[in-house]
Amino acid sequence: MKMRIKKMGLLMLCVMLFAGFSMTAYATDRSYTYNYDWWGDVQDSPDVYTVCNVYTSADFGLDVSLKSPEGMFVKGNMVYICDTGNNRIVELERVSTEEFEVRRIYDSFNGDIENTTFSSPSDIAVSEEGDIYIADKGNSRILKLDKDLNYLMQFDKPVDSSLDPETNFTPNKIVVDTAGRVYCIATGINKGLIKYENDGVFSGFVGATKVKYDWMDYIWKKFATQEQRAQMESFVPTEYDNIYMDYEGFVYAVTSSVTRDSLRNEEAQAIRKLNLMGNDILVRNGEFDVYGDLYMGNGGGYEGPSYFQDVTTMDNDVYVCLDRNRSRLFGYNDQGKLVFACGGNGNMDGYFRRPSAVEHMGYDLLVLDSQDCSLTLFLPTEFGSLVYQAMDQFEQGDYDASGETWQKVMDLNGNYDLAYIGIGRSLLRQERYREAMDYFELKYDDENYSKAYKQYRKEWVEEHIVIIIIVVLAAFLIPLSIGRVKAIKHEMEIADIFKYRS
Amino acid sequence: MIASLLKREKYQHYIDSLKFALYCITHPFDGFWDLTHEKRGTYAAANTILILTLLVRVMKLRYTSFIFLNVYWEELNIFLYLASVVFPLALWVVGNWGLTTLFDGKGRLGQVYMATCYAITPYPLIQFPLMIFSNFVTVDEAEFYAVLSYISLLWAALLIVAAMSQIHEYTMRKTLLFIVFSLFAMLVIIFILMLFFSMITQGIAYFISLGREILFRL
Repeated sequence: MKMRIKKMGLLMLCVMLFAGFSMTAYATDRSYTYNYDWWGDVQDSPDVYTVCNVYTSADFGLDVSLKSPEGMFVKGNMVYICDTGNNRIVELERVSTEEFEVRRIYDSFNGDIENTTFSSPSDIAVSEEGDIYIADKGNSRILKLDKDLNYLMQFDKPVDSSLDPETNFTPNKIVVDTAGRVYCIATGINKGLIKYENDGVFSGFVGATKVKYDWMDYIWKKFATQEQRAQMESFVPTEYDNIYMDYEGFVYAVTSSVTRDSLRNEEAQAIRKLNLMGNDILVRNGEFDVYGDLYMGNGGGYEGPSYFQDVTTMDNDVYVCLDRNRSRLFGYNDQGKLVFACGGNGNMDGYFRRPSAVEHMGYDLLVLDSQDCSLTLFLPTEFGSLVYQAMDQFEQGDYDASGETWQKVMDLNGNYDLAYIGIGRSLLRQERYREAMDYFELKYDDENYSKAYKQYRKEWVEEHIVIIIIVVLAAFLIPLSIGRVKAIKHEMEIADIFKYRS
Repeated sequence: MIASLLKREKYQHYIDSLKFALYCITHPFDGFWDLTHEKRGTYAAANTILILTLLVRVMKLRYTSFIFLNVYWEELNIFLYLASVVFPLALWVVGNWGLTTLFDGKGRLGQVYMATCYAITPYPLIQFPLMIFSNFVTVDEAEFYAVLSYISLLWAALLIVAAMSQIHEYTMRKTLLFIVFSLFAMLVIIFILMLFFSMITQGIAYFISLGREILFRL
């Protein structure tokens, strides 16, 4: 509601100014990392992540180089890469900060079934026990292997009356929860995520996007001919592009079937966080919805909104989305506020040609490029580490330390809104309301400002209660007594006894 | 001696006419009738109300709490901002007078201006205290601000209707009809102005290029 009031106020102001605020606020020479301020203007930022190294097949010592790898999974120090083009899986172990060693390469498995090879494996997941799940896309199955590559079971095309038995089943992306349940995205199935129980039984679809039903379109459809109707957008849920399961078991699902208008009108969500019921529980408290770049104009040949290809969630609830349109990484915190945005299309380190997957290892990020066939390792910079440290300290309840760390962050980047709000929140917890208000006001955080102001106002009233009562009493009593005196005077003047004398 | 007395009388008249605005906004029909027919309003008071309105609008930008109003100072042009009040007002006055004078409207141009200025009195009267009040509320209490703000605008709008009916001596139906027509007239004036300015620019550009060509040939 208050968002609406504020938006309305803004709108009014825009109209009053005759011209809205500029949508072409591009800096000509922008830094690698940037952020958006309250107004949606681009603010240059120090790097949150810096490229440690870009690894190619030669760096790993592979005889056959990687060919359009699409899927990646990280567990502990192990990195599993689906070498889709070569129908094989490559397992790497990170032996030191900068060094990866190949542990295993396999393109087949042991078992008593007909086909023991992979065909275009597009995603891989590894459970706590070490069981390996592979989306064997070309063979229309999801395989479950034990850690020694022995066949355990497979998940086939779900038997459901709503699915055409003729169509091919192409499992594209998978995640596995701690109980061994498998969630899968299959190409051409838009009813949500396919959920299998741990015994391989298909148990339903979860998390389908709500179908937006525009009554204007509905009326148009009534009048349209068959051909026109076929050309119109049909009311179907959108397909997801990728999923990630975070440490708490929530599924982050991204979709790239979004348009500029649907995002701006908040009709479509580029990313959703699904609970067990399949409801979207992503917190969107930022000034802008979670959809990557705000400016979708034509820049350097790339047009349209950010198309999220993959997402990964770190243990501090910061989730990083990978945009395949402009090849950027967008980090958001648990409140849906942008922590950083960086990257771009290109051949330099830290830029990508066709990024296909992002994973995290601690606070380090790994990005797989399917055209470049390379793996980019990002490490947090001093600035990035401080940001994460401040978040962690706040999470742990160490508010004083968190405030100090945010202060260090602000010293490195005076345009970083999260630092101001972070300091404000730590001051708020320390009950230093007056100071907190200043920080919130600087970054237009009305919600937190109101929290601080409410306390400050309460304190002020409690301190000055005596004066307030005196002023209120005076305001009542003085006019009252003046009236009374006047009345007495008047009565004295018209009183009979005085009249007789004069 | 007589001059100073006259001055004092004039000053007293100005204060009275300003005070009369308060009577107008509480007793609109009676008030706006007397405004012109009994000559109780003055241009000085009307100008004062307009200036106060402009002043409050500018002050609002700076002193309203950021919860309600955030100003993108980089792109604010204070003159354009003020023109956004003055220009529609001028259009309204001219448009309304231009139409009503053709259809038995008794109000003259100056009287339309004076009555309109008197009718917007609630705006500075409510918005100024509201501006101060906005700094003492939280987002949970934002509704109060919004409601009061709407009241000030609604009140002014109703007063304009009352004022127009009284100074033109129209029935209510005719008043409302002519208010709608006046709004159309405003659009027409804007259209003609734009046409005029674009023609002028074209004309000037033509002569400039002609001059250049001649200089070039010489």
